[in-house]
Amino acid sequence: MSESLSSGQGASRQRPLSPHLQIYRPQITSALSILHRITGFAMVVGTMALLAWLWGAAYSPPLFAAMYAFFVHPLGRLLMLGWTFAYYFHLANGVRHLFWDAGRGFALDNVNRSGYAAVVFAVAFTAATWLFAVYGVRI
Amino acid sequence: MNGKLLTPLARVRGLGSAGSGTHHWRWQRLTALALIPLSLIFVFSVVFLVSSDNEREVAVWLASPFFALMTMLMLAALFYHARLGTQVIIEDYISRACLKAALLAANSFIMILFAAMSMLAVLKLHLGFQLFL
Repeated sequence: MSESLSSGQGASRQRPLSPHLQIYRPQITSALSILHRITGFAMVVGTMALLAWLWGAAYSPPLFAAMYAFFVHPLGRLLMLGWTFAYYFHLANGVRHLFWDAGRGFALDNVNRSGYAAVVFAVAFTAATWLFAVYGVRI
Repeated sequence: MNGKLLTPLARVRGLGSAGSGTHHWRWQRLTALALIPLSLIFVFSVVFLVSSDNEREVAVWLASPFFALMTMLMLAALFYHARLGTQVIIEDYISRACLKAALLAANSFIMILFAAMSMLAVLKLHLGFQLFL
């Protein structure tokens, strides 16, 4: 990032960067890498909702009622669906990261296959959780 | 593997290149490992409770010492893991030094505050039920 290298102050002259996002085609590797960060941050927001729910259950019936109303509202349900996917994806991709930290699975075909597997896992478990919990589907 | 991945000079200085980068890296992985079972237990417990408008059911679930303990351990690992993760996000995207320092401090304070609040709520529900309050 040339902005931070040019000087210590924030208002340095804008220098041109070589194009990157505009020309580099997204791949499963780069897409899942940023998705891991995005889902992580999305869950930070979701954790605040979790905290409000817990605090309401412990100390504030009006807060708990508000959280319940939020969860059953269509917008709330949409966010909960997103947070469910964020959780399962971050979990699966996190395990993928832990294998890399152990030095395994770096071959390119392995990286691609484990990447697709993480997405499939996340979608499947999100669907299963919702069918099971929200719609009462039992196999 | 030796305990610290340091050159002889670094070992003498007592710091890595980022001061505490290895520590951050190690604890991000440790909390991640702990969160695998802890978060799964938590999610499978909560998934039914969320659709209930009766807060007494939350208290009944947390009355169990096992679930209260698992939840508190999960919350500790979660907020530490989240704090480390958002720290990296701030370090990556904020270049102005004073803003970065302020956000990093705020990040730590907020995560610690939320951790304390969530633990207090769990304790209150658990002890309140156990002591029939």
